[in-house]
Amino acid sequence: MPFGYVSPAQAMRDKAEYARQGIARGRSCVTLQYEGGILLMAPNPSTALHKISEIYDRIAFAAVGRYPEYENLRKAGITYADITGYQFDRHDVTARSLANYYAQNLGTIFTENLKPFEVEIVVAEVGEQPDGDQIYRISFDGSVTDEPGYVAFGGQADQVSAVLKERYSPGMSLTAAFGAALAALSASGNGERVEIKASQLEAAILDRTRDHRAFRRILAARLEGLIRDSSPDSKTDQDTTAETPPSDGDGPAQPV
Amino acid sequence: MGSYYDDSQSGPFAGGEASSGRMPGRQPAGSFMGRQTSSFAEFLASYSPGLLPGRPFGAPVGPGAGPAGDGSALRDLPHATTIVAATCHQGVVLAGDRRATAGSMIAKRDVVKVFRSDEFSAISYAGTGSAGIEFIRLFQVELEHYEKMEGRPLSLEGKANRLAWMIRGNLAAAMQGFIVVPLFVGYDEDTDEGRIFSYDVLGGPYEEQRFHSIGSGSVFARGALKKLYVNDMPVRDTVLACVQALYDAADDDSATGGPDLTRRIFPVIATVTADGFRQLPDSESEEYAQQVVQERLTSPDGPAAPLHMSS
Repeated sequence: MPFGYVSPAQAMRDKAEYARQGIARGRSCVTLQYEGGILLMAPNPSTALHKISEIYDRIAFAAVGRYPEYENLRKAGITYADITGYQFDRHDVTARSLANYYAQNLGTIFTENLKPFEVEIVVAEVGEQPDGDQIYRISFDGSVTDEPGYVAFGGQADQVSAVLKERYSPGMSLTAAFGAALAALSASGNGERVEIKASQLEAAILDRTRDHRAFRRILAARLEGLIRDSSPDSKTDQDTTAETPPSDGDGPAQPV
Repeated sequence: MGSYYDDSQSGPFAGGEASSGRMPGRQPAGSFMGRQTSSFAEFLASYSPGLLPGRPFGAPVGPGAGPAGDGSALRDLPHATTIVAATCHQGVVLAGDRRATAGSMIAKRDVVKVFRSDEFSAISYAGTGSAGIEFIRLFQVELEHYEKMEGRPLSLEGKANRLAWMIRGNLAAAMQGFIVVPLFVGYDEDTDEGRIFSYDVLGGPYEEQRFHSIGSGSVFARGALKKLYVNDMPVRDTVLACVQALYDAADDDSATGGPDLTRRIFPVIATVTADGFRQLPDSESEEYAQQVVQERLTSPDGPAAPLHMSS
């Protein structure tokens, strides 16, 4: 610091403010449980620069914020997971240890670097049974929260989370979960809905029933199908569990 | 010899603190951040070389570090034996017998030498058992690591070349007798066909046409396959030809195990096609083995090729 004295408390506040502002500029991302696993979804017009990725057999990663920073964290997480699995056994790689690993590193970066990372990340692990599912959210300063069921993070996390809270119910189908996530992501501040097209959406699942590698991206035709099937012409989550038949040829019904 | 054992190399792939090309700003030590390579084996060489296969933990491998005495300790390590591979219609079949030998002893009757390396490839090995297992584990992680880091799998040639590089890294250990020779097969999505790659102790790869075999019984297996193989066979026929070849290898080579009907131990068979890697369940490989054994009850030398003298 060239001029004057800045108290540690003030420095930390400034850093946190800086990171928060950076994150708030971006869109949100959601992660939620459904009966067959965990769904991760984020608005993302790019098909090459991912926000959602596979880390290990049953562990996925989702991030918002500055791309080079979370990409760096993603690769570091893969390395951490692969080295742990190679040294011990594949079963010994857990979301909990990975979340701790991220927390430690983000915490160190936050306190030691002049510029903190402007990222928020989620580490999700699908268990053998739904109660074995784990979702952890790690903030720019390294604080970790365990988020049972669902989590929304990033830019408009509060609004997105509010919709998600309304729509989420334990043990919902993939279509219903997809509908809830889509509704949450398309909620904007003034109560209007922003329609999100398939080309602007990145979605992936951790499929409980898959052997070996549970992570699967939802692409092209399946993505379109899920958007169509989960189109929001119902208001309660009970209704969304029943699949709405697509009106033939005219595409999804418009929300009222 | 540039290998992954050589921690002293400099350059962009050295992985050391000084040369890893970190992102601006400090990052926590030992955080794996700012890595420049997508290779797991290269990373391991800089992070913890003792974890590499065939290398004693913390001890350097080099000339003069060979096994003590007359090498009998080495001879008594379990060795894996015969592997056969054959391409089929839009795919490839890989099969291995179940025996491991230690000198003239049978070390294990039910050893598995055929593995999934990723969704569209399979790998097997002949040679020192322990080194081979570690080697294959490293190769599996290597492929998956690259796929996750880069967001796309390596090309089939890329995988085959990567394996060659890893074998070369094992050279020092191979010179002491810890020899591992893999056989690598995969489905090539670009050309819609199965391909086979073989190696020697220095690396490779050598691409093999139609079929190949490695290990102590390979001479007999290859001879059998030569007489049984037909271009573009369906998968089932190719599997049967491979099981026949393994039977012939077991017939003439003491280190190769035949189907064990009493203990119900049968060859491990894998197919790689457009649908991906598939290891046949025990029940299915038993069917093939039973059929071969039943036929051999009437013709012990197996199917005979029809001969026609051209006049």
